[in-house]
Amino acid sequence: MLHTYRNERSYPFCPGCGHGLILNHLDAALGKLDLDPKRVVIVTDIGCQGLGDQYFTTNAFHGLHGRSIAYATGIKLADPDLKVIVLIGDGGTGIGGAHLLNAARRNIGLTVLVFDNFNFGMTGGEHSVTTPPGGITATTRGGNLERPLDLCATVSVNGASLAWRGTAFDKDLPEVIVRAVRSDGFALLDIWELCTAYYVPNNEFSRRSLETTREALGMQAGVLHREERPEYARALRDAGARASSGAREKPLQPRPLPAQFTSTLDREFRLVIAGSAGGKVRSTARIVGEAGILSGLWAAQQDDYPVTVQTGHSISEVILSPREILFTGVTRPDALVLVSEDGCRMAGRYLRTLTAESSLFITPELAGLETPARKVVFDLEAAGIKGSKKNLGLLMVSAALRKLNLFPMEACEEAIRRGSRGTIADENLAVLAASAMLP
Amino acid sequence: MREFIDGATAIARGALDAGCTFFAGYPISPATPLLLHMIRELPKCGGVAIQAEDEIASISMCIGAAMTGARALTATSGPGISLYSENIGLAIMGEVPLVIVDAQRMGPATGGATTPGQGDVQFVRWGTSGGYPIIALAPGNVAECYSLTRRAFDLAERFRVPVFLLTDKEMFLSMSTVDLASYEQVEVRPRGLAQALPSDTPGLRAEESFLPYRFDPLDAPPAFSPYGGEHIMRFTGSSHDEHGMLTKDPVKVGRLNEHLRCKIEDHRDEIEAATFDLQEGAHTLFVSYGITSRAMAEAAKTARDAGHAVSALTVQSLWPVPEDAIINALCGPSCHTIIRRVVVAELNLGDFRREAERVIYDWAAHAYRTPPQIVGINRVDGELITPVQFLEQMV
Repeated sequence: MLHTYRNERSYPFCPGCGHGLILNHLDAALGKLDLDPKRVVIVTDIGCQGLGDQYFTTNAFHGLHGRSIAYATGIKLADPDLKVIVLIGDGGTGIGGAHLLNAARRNIGLTVLVFDNFNFGMTGGEHSVTTPPGGITATTRGGNLERPLDLCATVSVNGASLAWRGTAFDKDLPEVIVRAVRSDGFALLDIWELCTAYYVPNNEFSRRSLETTREALGMQAGVLHREERPEYARALRDAGARASSGAREKPLQPRPLPAQFTSTLDREFRLVIAGSAGGKVRSTARIVGEAGILSGLWAAQQDDYPVTVQTGHSISEVILSPREILFTGVTRPDALVLVSEDGCRMAGRYLRTLTAESSLFITPELAGLETPARKVVFDLEAAGIKGSKKNLGLLMVSAALRKLNLFPMEACEEAIRRGSRGTIADENLAVLAASAMLP
Repeated sequence: MREFIDGATAIARGALDAGCTFFAGYPISPATPLLLHMIRELPKCGGVAIQAEDEIASISMCIGAAMTGARALTATSGPGISLYSENIGLAIMGEVPLVIVDAQRMGPATGGATTPGQGDVQFVRWGTSGGYPIIALAPGNVAECYSLTRRAFDLAERFRVPVFLLTDKEMFLSMSTVDLASYEQVEVRPRGLAQALPSDTPGLRAEESFLPYRFDPLDAPPAFSPYGGEHIMRFTGSSHDEHGMLTKDPVKVGRLNEHLRCKIEDHRDEIEAATFDLQEGAHTLFVSYGITSRAMAEAAKTARDAGHAVSALTVQSLWPVPEDAIINALCGPSCHTIIRRVVVAELNLGDFRREAERVIYDWAAHAYRTPPQIVGINRVDGELITPVQFLEQMV
């Protein structure tokens, strides 16, 4: 057992400041825990207490104001067996409030010691989230009007394993720290103390005031919360291991598309599919692209849709070419398939560029559309095809491909089989077959 | 053999193949697909992926994990880079190997969440206080999304610095055909690990068996030891001495900050990268990067098919700026300076043109030469720059 985890350096704190007391308690606790200093990381951020890591012989991480809990989370996630101890000020718990809340919710195995002296001691005594009502600080000169944050209650209702409130003068603090470090989950100790540079002189505050202030606020002292929940860093790894136990191969490896069909296409061909969100526009475009590659072509696909994904338009541009495609923008389509009104509304930019050489594939409702392009009207009713709206895009594009003759339809079948499984593939293959019935 | 793939998947695969073991991110268009890939796939490789509570936590967790030995990756878009800003500085100061993917979207502010942009070029370079160098790579096609991700990890590990991979909504989400042979298998060399120093090493503290911030020579990244490893490790974002203890000693602070500069700047030749497509007799040099370089390549082909000579330079390392490559491109394949106009095309107000102007005017001044005209093609309406726009700018 090591006698001390303190190094030879002396603390830099003001006379009467509570920080040194708390750090001594931490040293005593580490001694009782008898941990390998290489397995302990003390994480600090900004504020006088943030200097604290420099006085210990353990590992240390000194980061940005209020972020120590987030760094500590990264350290613990990377090595769940490390003992990670966060030293944070009341200021840090304010600016880093989101990290505090979420660390508690996760119940990640950190021990957080809050050096709570009700103000910012390093920058000149400004108020913090824990300044008591009426407290005089550099930024609350007429007395603090904001309700102090109850740190223990906050982490308790949000899933922490352990919450304790006390003062730097409490003789049992080393025992409490030992208990917190030994507990697996998220533990927060709200340690009230004196800032003799600012809060004490500005408020005639004293050791006795720590108790009277707490009582006036109706806050309790001691262990206020205890809860058994799985520790997050290990739970996340366990969940990952479970999810990957059935994994057969290295993930995300290439899915090669061999050129098993042939195409007579001798120039770049641009197809635009304009439909609605939820109408399988993008997956249809992907089938076309993959069928092209299966036919020895190069393909590119670019999609446009609003930020809300289940409403409004969905437009896919597909380029097919016998050579590598460099620029992927489509300014003038060779073929335009208008699947829905949503798509039609957004397709003006393409419609305007159509010439007598272009093909326009539409449903009877749009038969009146004026365009120099060759119009092909797909009349589903006349062809006796009944199908869901969601498959209309694939149906029209399949029928269009039959007319455009870019590659054999078997390439589309192969693309569907390779790209999806089970009922989705069956449904798409049925739609592809039905498209032959359109005149 | 070819495959049909988007940039996000290529980057995710590149990261996994680079040995990435940690990912933290927060959902944002258009970067979210990388978060989803990593959440789904990283556990299968024994790594850890998490959706953090915000972008500040994302990069903070990555920094903590990286110093615990992980190869860490995060991904966001411009608004998220804003929130990364302070921690980018921490990663520079603490010398953290970290890869940051920026799937750029059109700004400012929320801008166009599903619209491509290239407006973060200067932002990532100067996005944190102090002005210290970072590295930023820009893949020019989907195959490079894979290989430059691997290279980003290699550079991050070697130089212990944040490395940005700058891409955009179209490159990230659009599907391309990639010949599997074009995926370059870039080696990722691990960061140098610390050896125990002799216990009688002068200045060594009692608890120390190595010095976490000793630079020997000054331009070399310090040796690394992870938390939980063989040595006691100190990390700090404050000005520090070789022990990682805070210091205001001007000699030590000056040395530290010079180290942070020269470990990148003195190794520019190992980092700078560009792709040349030069032609004898060209009077016009196109310069571009990322998605815009696709239109540039198409324009060059069209011009040459019509019998017009043109040169093109695709910038792969935006930071450091490939200065020699730009000058070499000006001089043409056989070093006759005949370029009369340089056309810098980008989806922003001229982020990289500033750099091209700086490099070219500086060269011209020193060489007593008349610099070529430098013009920009700049588009910020959410549409891609077209090949025709390039052709219109030819001499």
